[in-house]
This record gives sequence, structure tokens and C-alpha cells, in this order.
Amino acid sequence: MPMQIYLPIAEVSVNAFLLLGLGGIVGILSGMFGVGGGFLMTPLLFFIGIPPAVAVATEANQIVASSFSGVLAHLKRRTVDLKMGTVLLIGGLVGAAFGVQLFNTLKSLGQVDLLVKLCYVIFLGVIGGLMFIESLNAIRRSCKPGAVAARKKHNWIHNLPFKMKFRTSGLYISVIPPLIVGVFVGVLAAIMGVGGGFIMVPAMIYLLGMPTKVVIGTSLFQIIFVTGFTTLLHATTNYTVDMALAVLLLVGGVIGAQIGTRIGVKMKAEQLRILLAIMVLAVCGKLALDLLLQPSELYSLGARGH
Amino acid sequence: MLRILLLCLALAVPAHAEEVVAGLSQNRIAITANFDGSEILIFGAVKREDPISTTEPLEVIVAVVGPSEPITVRRKDRRLGIWVNTEAVEVDAAPSFYAVATTGPLVDILRDTEDLRHQVSIPRAIRSVGAPQTVVDSEAFTEALIRIRTKNGLYQQLENQVELSEDTLFRTSIALPANLTEGAYRTRIFLTRNGSVVDAYETVIDVQKVGLERWIYNLAHDRPLIYGIFSLFIAIVAGWSASAVFRYFLT
Repeated sequence: MPMQIYLPIAEVSVNAFLLLGLGGIVGILSGMFGVGGGFLMTPLLFFIGIPPAVAVATEANQIVASSFSGVLAHLKRRTVDLKMGTVLLIGGLVGAAFGVQLFNTLKSLGQVDLLVKLCYVIFLGVIGGLMFIESLNAIRRSCKPGAVAARKKHNWIHNLPFKMKFRTSGLYISVIPPLIVGVFVGVLAAIMGVGGGFIMVPAMIYLLGMPTKVVIGTSLFQIIFVTGFTTLLHATTNYTVDMALAVLLLVGGVIGAQIGTRIGVKMKAEQLRILLAIMVLAVCGKLALDLLLQPSELYSLGARGH
Repeated sequence: MLRILLLCLALAVPAHAEEVVAGLSQNRIAITANFDGSEILIFGAVKREDPISTTEPLEVIVAVVGPSEPITVRRKDRRLGIWVNTEAVEVDAAPSFYAVATTGPLVDILRDTEDLRHQVSIPRAIRSVGAPQTVVDSEAFTEALIRIRTKNGLYQQLENQVELSEDTLFRTSIALPANLTEGAYRTRIFLTRNGSVVDAYETVIDVQKVGLERWIYNLAHDRPLIYGIFSLFIAIVAGWSASAVFRYFLT
């Protein structure tokens, strides 16, 4: 039985099971791979006809909810560097405010769809490509054991001013790099409707040199506040947060994530990574083709001033 | 000169020799959470004192028009290898929905002057003041607007879709799609003979979001900050309870 649901803010009628299923599939993937899933969900919402502005704002709302229990668990286990998290958060709030401003300006120029899609093509392409190469190398390495990449301990980061002590991470570094990372992630959250963990986690490990055990908790701490702030900014300036859409995706997503975690345990990490990389590249390819091929309808309609 | 002549001709027809009496299957449409479009039945009869005139055939036109709104029509062009919006034309008022059902081809049963006066056909219902100087083919933009909305079922030209029996009873049905805008939908019925309007009838169909849909929409637009906080809260609660329920059933 098809069950259509009329989304009050997106103002489109969509099948409720499609949304639950979409939430479920992305949830399974995020559970399997331990990723946020926002970067897959937002483009999938474009594909089913949700207006990009609504997709981005609603996804920010959904990320807050799906990260909530994770943050609580990490706080309980004391695997959150609150001081570092706060510095990243300050940068994130500034970035999100700037991102929403940019989003609204381009919306009035009729270029916001292009901005969002271009960002996705670039980021999905880079991340998917890197992941693909890395997991291929990892599979090759596991055949010939012995070679382990060494991490550099000291780099140019340590020569910057405004140094601060981050006891939980055991670091004494300048606040400039984490602030910049925060701003960057904030802009991405506002424009792409993602948490930004896929950028922040590698940046924290390789750029800031944070210990792996506090990385996930600290990034979730930053993400929940930045995406929460982004949700409020989109809700108050664009009126594009669709509560009904968020709840349906979320219910599917939460259940999917539980299933995904159980599947993930049974699979090999390298195989999982290469699967995820292929999927990310596929979504990237579809978005890129939409921009490169001549569309069947060259004209589009928009409300005045949007 | 021709217009004055036509006006005289129109006046020559005795006023209200034939009158429309009409009804709708519903004059209020509620957009609920599971709204998936709706179909309205428009029916009626022609009331007359004199015997039916057989010289010219009687024709019926039913037009349902949704609230008008300003629209920006954008055109994509290839820039640096990718397709981006380049030119834009502002349309001052375009109905969000427009359906015209007739007993025959509109061009045959309605004169252009009458169309102009009553704004019956779809292109007449769109008001465009003018495109920027840089756009040379502004008609292409209005055509695109009609094409896109026709494809989405928002503009419907339903020729020969009004059933007329014995020159007296008529009926038609109009499908309202799921992506309907709220507002007052003006419904007009015209009787024409020889291309001139003999009588017209007008009523309104109210399309409104109701219940939860109405409440969410109003809150989001009237109290956006409270709505935003509420959305976050609802999402957190929904996510938490979904995982709690799932874990409960699994263990």
C-alpha cells in the first residue's frame, strides 16, 4: 500500500516508506562504516525531489538528533576534549553563520543549487577517491605485511602563536589551526547539510595531532552544537527545516544504524572501506553528470526573490 | 472599431436568456498529512425560459484558477563546461494552478476578445510586465513556465472534457495534484454561443492545510526560532525513542 505523506515545509508529497527506507539504508551504511551519513543523505534527498534548500536545512536538524546519544556516551566515558571541542566550536559557529549568509545570498541570485551540488561533487570526489586509493593500498599491504606508515610528530603547526594547553589531548599548540578547522567545518555544515566529521576527524588526527581515542567524541561534541546552530539559522532565515521529513528520516536512520553496526562487526575493515568509497564515488558521479550533461529542461521556476 | 461592434453584438443578445446553475462535489479541500491530490466534480444545468436556440451550438467552459504569485523563471546555459542558471525573467503574476475544461477546442468556442476580457485561456492568465533588456526572447520564458507547470499537472487544458447533454446538463471533473498551493481557487463557468459569453457563474474552492500540517507551517513562519528549537527537540526525542524501542525488541 503506497502511503503518501505531504511534507508541510517542502510542500511536496512523498511516499513515507521511501523516506523511512532511505533513512534506513543511510543508517545501515553509517552504522557499518561509522560515518555520519549526512553527506550521502542530502544528495539522495535531491534525487527524490526535495528542494536542495530544504534538504540541507533538514539534514542539519537530523544530524543533531542522530549524534545526540553518541555525544552522551562519549561524555560519560570522558573521551571528549571539552577545551579543544570549545575552540573548534567557536570556529564552527563563526563558519556556520558565514555559510548561511553565503547560502542566502546565492539563493537570491538563483545559484544556491549550483553551489550545493558543486560542493558535493568536489568533496565526494576527493574523499571517495582518497578512500578508494587508501583502501586499495591497505588491501595490498595486508598481503605484504611489515610496512607501516610513520606519523610525523613535529610540524609547522607548532610554530604558530597563541598557544594553549589541551590537557585531555595532551597537547600544547596554537589555537589558530583548530579555529580554522572549526570555521571550515561550520561553513560546510551550513552549505552542505553535513556534520563535517569526514573533514574534521582526519584534520584532528593528522593536522592537530590529537590522540585517536578523543577524536570521535570531540568531533561529535562540536558537530552537535554547530549543526544545531545551523538548523536554527536556516529555520529563522529561510524557513526550510521540515520537521516531518526529519522525523521520518531519523526513525529509519536510527534503526538502520543499529542493524549496520551489527553487519559492520562481521565484515573486514578494508572491504567495508572500499565499498563505501565506491558508493561515495557513484553519488559524486551522478551529481557531476547532472551538472555536465545538458538538462532536458533548461528552464526552472523559483519564487520571486529566491 | 471592431471591438465596439462586437460589444454591441454582445449587448444585442438578451441578458440572461440562458443562465448557469452549478454545483461542486466539494468547495473545500483540506491538505492533510496524507494528501495525495484530489478530484473535484463540477456539474450544473442551463436554466432558460425560451425554447432552446438551435442556430448556434451551446458550449460550456469551466476554469479553475489557484492563487497567483510572482515567479522567477531562470534559464540554464553552459558556462565553463557546466550548466548554470544565467538569465532570469520575472513574471509578475502566474496562477499556481490553472485548469480549463471545455466542450470543444477553446479557439473555436471563445473569441479572442472575450478571452481577453475574461482571461480564460492559460497564456492570458499569466501577467508579465517585461523582461530585462539583456533577454531578447522573453516569450520563451513564459512558454517554459506553462510547459513546466503543464508537466507537473498544475496547468491543464482539458478540451472536450466537459460533457454536455441535451444542451442543458453538463459535468466535468478536474484533478487537483498533490503539490497544491493553499488559497482560494476561483472556479468560473462560462456558457458561450458563437464564441461570445452568454452567461457566467463564479464560485470559490478553498484549499487549506489543516490539522498538524497547518500548525507546523504556521509555527515555522510565525515563530521560526521556537519552531527551530522545537524541531531539534522533536528530532532528538524521536531518534532516542526509536533506538530504545529497537533495542528493547532485540534483547
